[in-house]
Amino acid sequence: MPVSHDTLFRALADPTRRALFERLCRKGEQTVGTLTARAGISQPAVSKHLAVLKQAGLVRDRHEGRQTHYSAQLRALAPLIDWTSQMAGFWQSRFDDLEDLLKRMDQ
Amino acid sequence: MNETSTETRAVVVEREIPFPPEKIWRALTQPHLIEEWLMKNDFKPVVDHRFNLRGDWGAVDCQVLAVDPNKTLSYTWAALGLESVVTWTLTPTPTGTHLRMEQSGFRPDQEQAYQGAKYGWQRFFANLEQVLARTD
Repeated sequence: MPVSHDTLFRALADPTRRALFERLCRKGEQTVGTLTARAGISQPAVSKHLAVLKQAGLVRDRHEGRQTHYSAQLRALAPLIDWTSQMAGFWQSRFDDLEDLLKRMDQ
Repeated sequence: MNETSTETRAVVVEREIPFPPEKIWRALTQPHLIEEWLMKNDFKPVVDHRFNLRGDWGAVDCQVLAVDPNKTLSYTWAALGLESVVTWTLTPTPTGTHLRMEQSGFRPDQEQAYQGAKYGWQRFFANLEQVLARTD
């Protein structure tokens, strides 16, 4: 059953969840304990956010002993992403900054 | 070769800039200036020179491919698994310069790769917030 855009948007709308998700993107698989240590909120709160991310298909959990490991499932973002248009957006904003710089530069 | 060209995609951004090519060239090739509009770097305008661009989200590995002062600059751009080539072309105009950036070499199967997601992160979330503001 594919996850709806709404579910994805809502999962990512919360800054704390987004920070958790971005951390998993950057660092790879992490335990709830490790994520909690960096998140500045309680472990139950982290677990609740992870459950929302999981429901949206953005993370996967893996149980090992008493630990639960979470990893980012970036393919879940695929419906939202058009790579070339993202890259074009990146360069458009670089061009803006380049023009600003040129105005400030001496001849 | 033909097969390759049909299987890759390019991003092109062009703009008319009211400054001469020489000035833009400096901004494209001097590390302290590059840092101001792109990223921290150890660029040198020397063919085969390897350098990094460092953003807060990670680094881009680059190697200079071509340097034709005030006209063309080309380097490879490898970030988070995506390999591409960035080519700058400066063409003088009566009022300044036509500046063209082409980034090419993406394969269609990379388009939705997670590397792309990571790459466009900041902007992606900025867009997302706008969408959210509209959908509520």
